Amino acid sequence: MSCCAPGAEQAMDLTGTTSVLPSGQEIRLASRLVGDGLRQTDLSVPTVHCAACIQAIETALAKLDNVEDARVNLSTKRVAIRWRGDEVPPFVAALRRLGYEAHLFAAEIDEKDKTLAELIRAVAVAGFAAGNIMLLSVSVWSGAEGATRDLFHWVSALIAIPALTFAGGIFFRSAWNALRHGRMNMDVPIAVGVSLAYAMSLYETINHGDHAYFDASVSLLFFLLIGRTLDHVMRERARTAVKGLSQLAGRGAMVLRGDGARDYLPVGEIEPGMHLLVAAGERVPVDGRIIRGASDLDCSLVSGESTPKTVTSGQQVQAGTLNLTGPLTIEATAAAKDSFLAEMVRLMEAAEGGRAHYRRIADRVSALYAPVVHLTAFVTFLGWMAVTGDWHRAVTIAIAVLIITCPCALGLAVPIVQVVAARRLFENGIMVKDGSAMERLAAIDTAVFDKTGTLTLGQPRLVNASTIDPVMLAIAADMAAHSRHPFSKAIAAFAGFAGQPKLEAVSEHPGLGIEATTADSTWRLGRRGWAGWKARTGGEGKYGGYGGTVLSKNGRIVASFTFEDATRADAKAAVGQLKDAGVSVEMLSGDTPDACGDVARILGIDRFVSALLPSDKAERIEVLTKAGHKVLMVGDGLNDTPALGAAHVSIAPATAADIGRNAADFVFLRESLSAVPLALDVSRKAGRLIRQNIAIAIIYNAVAVPIAILGHVTPLIAAIAMSASSLLVIGNASRLQSFVPDEPRRTAPPDRRPHTGTLAQPS
Amino acid sequence: MTILVYLIPVALLAGGLGLSGFLWALRSGQYEDLDGAAERILIDRNERPER
Repeated sequence: MSCCAPGAEQAMDLTGTTSVLPSGQEIRLASRLVGDGLRQTDLSVPTVHCAACIQAIETALAKLDNVEDARVNLSTKRVAIRWRGDEVPPFVAALRRLGYEAHLFAAEIDEKDKTLAELIRAVAVAGFAAGNIMLLSVSVWSGAEGATRDLFHWVSALIAIPALTFAGGIFFRSAWNALRHGRMNMDVPIAVGVSLAYAMSLYETINHGDHAYFDASVSLLFFLLIGRTLDHVMRERARTAVKGLSQLAGRGAMVLRGDGARDYLPVGEIEPGMHLLVAAGERVPVDGRIIRGASDLDCSLVSGESTPKTVTSGQQVQAGTLNLTGPLTIEATAAAKDSFLAEMVRLMEAAEGGRAHYRRIADRVSALYAPVVHLTAFVTFLGWMAVTGDWHRAVTIAIAVLIITCPCALGLAVPIVQVVAARRLFENGIMVKDGSAMERLAAIDTAVFDKTGTLTLGQPRLVNASTIDPVMLAIAADMAAHSRHPFSKAIAAFAGFAGQPKLEAVSEHPGLGIEATTADSTWRLGRRGWAGWKARTGGEGKYGGYGGTVLSKNGRIVASFTFEDATRADAKAAVGQLKDAGVSVEMLSGDTPDACGDVARILGIDRFVSALLPSDKAERIEVLTKAGHKVLMVGDGLNDTPALGAAHVSIAPATAADIGRNAADFVFLRESLSAVPLALDVSRKAGRLIRQNIAIAIIYNAVAVPIAILGHVTPLIAAIAMSASSLLVIGNASRLQSFVPDEPRRTAPPDRRPHTGTLAQPS
Repeated sequence: MTILVYLIPVALLAGGLGLSGFLWALRSGQYEDLDGAAERILIDRNERPER
């Protein structure tokens, strides 16, 4: 893979194997009108990485009929195509001819860009104002007096106005929001401190006073905005990376009308009773009943069963299952909003457990902090009033207390650590949805894993290849290359030339297997009872077992294949590391007890529960929670979604179902399960650093506040103290970058991809 | 001290120019694809005018 490919692409590789080209109708559905009959489609092209790619893609796409223009964005690995007309130009096919995999991407450019753009503008304005005011202040501190000092103060006051209204507005709005709902957040003391400091400084300036705090109030805004922008960029980057993964659920389905017409309708418009065509390789869009056709369904995302299920007409199918081998016509029995998928979302919302009540460390600290600070300032005011009776002096000193305690270090203490930690995880292919997820992960004592797709890859692996005649294996691999069935793919991986005869006609019999003819014989690869029709070995009863796949020549069995569900890379090591970290590990699965027992034994998991329904999983987690445990749920399937929602914190692999990925707090993009102990490790270290940082901020206050209360704080001292404490906190946070993992890393070293300008990353 | 009367406005104007330049660059989308801009310089634009 290219040197500068993003982590997301590895996940695409995993899902890409089962995806089919998005159809023209699907692309049309996902495009948006940009006016004047022009439509825009955004495609994610993960493998684009250099100037030659840009040129090849843009030139090839622009040559297609009806395409107005195409523009590649290399930072986000996306291409935006503008086109007109009813017929969708064949972009995806054109890109595939060039050798680029493309995935449809739902563009949501409008709303998300605004926040980031506003933050960056605010940082720019606040930075400009802080720099200029600080320069003027330096001349005041170095001895400017009289009219010159007043002039400098007036200019400072003038420059501070746009900074306060524009950059400070973000804090004022947030503080007002919190107060209106009867809550306290970090922004309340910031807003109060900044505005009081400005008001007092203005009063001083009018009365030709010595001390003005314009520099303090504006540089405070500047520092805090940097922290906030970094925090936003981190979350946005994780969100776009997760969103950019190819969608597993279809956007629409082919509807067969009574008069034979075919329409492609969005999933939301499908009504019960409609007849839908589901081609091999597509996911079933809504719950339904098969009326024509037979096929194998991959239910691993829905029920956790690792073995595909054979279905024929008359049987019920659930939304979200993947049709593997043959085309099916189904009659919808439920609308999308009543389908299995929607049911899972409802269960998940009902199960919304620990995190709804979780309050972030920063919020908990500030809930205590703000009243204490305001009370201290007020008491200082009363004290100086009582002692001197000089209200001007009392107010000045009280405001100096407010400024010196303004949570500059505290406001940076938490986000800066979380940004550094998130970056550390990002380099290892782990996306964090927000900072509170790391705080919650650091607290867990129980880890619950789903089996299929999480501990295992959900893809069978051929285990007895070495005992099979190489010629037979080569024939089987040639035949298997014609099918999407997971067993076929496992066999096809062993393709190679071993002097096997050339296949002439190959046909797939859904639910049974593949038939091929060579010059002199008929070969069948598939279910034992169907392929070995002359054999008397029986074995037809082995429904769902892994022993029933054979290769037959003219009806006589010549090779039999044994599969097992391959465990994810480093799964055993990851389980071991979690146990070492004092976390008890448990496995919950919808699969059969036999399949679960095998995996549990291989990975060294002591406790497992099998054959669970989705709601059972969530219930099991609630039971653990009630017993006082903090539970981490790691799962990928639709059936895990309620459990992901119920757990204290949750992790999903990038191959998970869409709603699972959206429900989880962390998403890891690489195949290795060592992401889970790594995330735990980094989160715990981040938690430790956050506590250290808060301690630093408190010690700083313990030293500075008495000085302020005694009335010794001048603007110069305030500026030095605030910058010093901020730098201390930032320096402490950056220690996380250099932390060495507790034990030697078992996976490959993290690839050092060049990091792009973080500010412009998500767009 | 009369020098301040025009030096300060000049300094602020220069700073403001830089700030508005940055804001303009931000608004016109120049920060949207930093990697792409670095690579696009290598593309010959002989046949097709770039936007």
